Amino acid sequence: MMREGLTHPLLLRVLSVALVVGAWEYAGRVPISPAFPTFQETFAAFLEMVKDGTLAKATWITLKPLALGLFTSVVFGVAIGTLMGLNRFAEWLGSPVFIIAQSAPLAALIPILTFAYGIGLTSKVLTVCIMAMPVIVLNSLNAVRHTPNSLVEMGRAFLASRAKLVTKIILPAASPMIFAGLRLGCAAGFVGVILAELLITPTGIGDIITYNQSIAEYPKMYAAIAFIIVFSVLFIEAIEWLERALFGRNKGQFHAERETVPA
Amino acid sequence: MQNEKQSRPSTPAMVQVRGVSKVYEGGVEALNGITLEFPQGQLTSLLGPSGCGKTTLLKIIAGLITPTAGEVHVDGKKVTGPGPERAFVFQDFALMPWADVMRNVAFGLELKGVKRSEREAIASKYIQAVGLKDFERAHPHELSGGMRQRVGLARALAVNAKVLLMDEPFSAVDEQTRRKFQEDLLQLIDRERKTFIFVTHSIEEAVYVSDRVVLLSRRPSRVSAIIEPDISRQDDPDKIRRDPAYLDTVENIWQGLKHYVE
Repeated sequence: MMREGLTHPLLLRVLSVALVVGAWEYAGRVPISPAFPTFQETFAAFLEMVKDGTLAKATWITLKPLALGLFTSVVFGVAIGTLMGLNRFAEWLGSPVFIIAQSAPLAALIPILTFAYGIGLTSKVLTVCIMAMPVIVLNSLNAVRHTPNSLVEMGRAFLASRAKLVTKIILPAASPMIFAGLRLGCAAGFVGVILAELLITPTGIGDIITYNQSIAEYPKMYAAIAFIIVFSVLFIEAIEWLERALFGRNKGQFHAERETVPA
Repeated sequence: MQNEKQSRPSTPAMVQVRGVSKVYEGGVEALNGITLEFPQGQLTSLLGPSGCGKTTLLKIIAGLITPTAGEVHVDGKKVTGPGPERAFVFQDFALMPWADVMRNVAFGLELKGVKRSEREAIASKYIQAVGLKDFERAHPHELSGGMRQRVGLARALAVNAKVLLMDEPFSAVDEQTRRKFQEDLLQLIDRERKTFIFVTHSIEEAVYVSDRVVLLSRRPSRVSAIIEPDISRQDDPDKIRRDPAYLDTVENIWQGLKHYVE
């Protein structure tokens, strides 16, 4: 019990946040750079932007390409990955694209996207997609491909149709890994939307960052950066809650079970 | 004992294996012209050295593997794939870790489209029969290996198949649990009156639970002998293990198999 209390994830998280905040405050006071505000100044700037509505307005603007991009990536990513996992031909056709996409520095494609689709919403949505989709697709593919063979055999032995085999056995067995891909993909999607807002046209949170940088209003710039980081972390957490709510299980238990099944 | 012996030849074959061979991709020859009959209502074990293709033969009977040559008939019909008259018990249990005991046991019925209330009533009965009452809502990771295999057995019983195919069901279970399991299996066979085909690599286990033991040779497998242990199973299960007939049969089979090991 004692050990459990000390290593409780919540306590550890609070502790690590406190450490980072402390180090930030100290570094700001030294100061390591005139362009580096203290935590207190940044927090004050954050409150100010919350009060005058700048942050809410900017978040709303950023949310549009982010939500559209993530929605597209999740729906199509899981569908494409699952299809590739179920069908050798689809895998042969699709996997090279996504394997290259996952390992290449895709931010380099942003100028091409801008050239092709202009500086509007489309380019930004696509930026989110190219960042988020590959890992979602590849995780879904591997998850489906690595369904324990004995479970598939069990389904066949008990006369499951192909459709039921997929919905009742393969997808539930694959879901932990698919969700791991969703968490990674959504985090990459956040990178994508901020990249788009910094590189294509400054809008939303990206606009607060670039504008305040240009007028040397560093506390506001840092407040916007910290805000989008925290927002992204909370979003990824929410996916984990969703997973637990949907499948009502503890991830650790699920994996422990898989490991103890003899080969 | 005498009566039992005499009644055997008249029992019709539930499963017929005719000239079945299996060559795996890459040229590994697992089975070579196996012809066998499995009488109705009896437990027949397939016994042989490790890797001799016992499991391959069982999975061919189950319709999970297609033979390279030969055919299998179950209840008079040719096997082309899995069928409702056969149920399978897996060596590694093959339980769905995300589902509780109730759903796992009722899964065969769920796939058949049986109504929830109905299939859960049937599943409850078999959960109780295998001694897992009060574990209906437990998940596989909360159960011991022996209990998990009881779930696998209950799932196979719940679909009420005529033939139960068991692939080394107790090999992943510790020795004490295995003994208890074997004893329970004898009662179950007595009660269920199904045709059991049982793959094992344990001579003692085969002799203890079987009406007939089919000895398979090393790969590519052929039938090397069929032994019918002359043991009464009406008495106390512990008595069987001390029965001279049991011990002699075990010894005979060991003498027959010994040269494969060396």
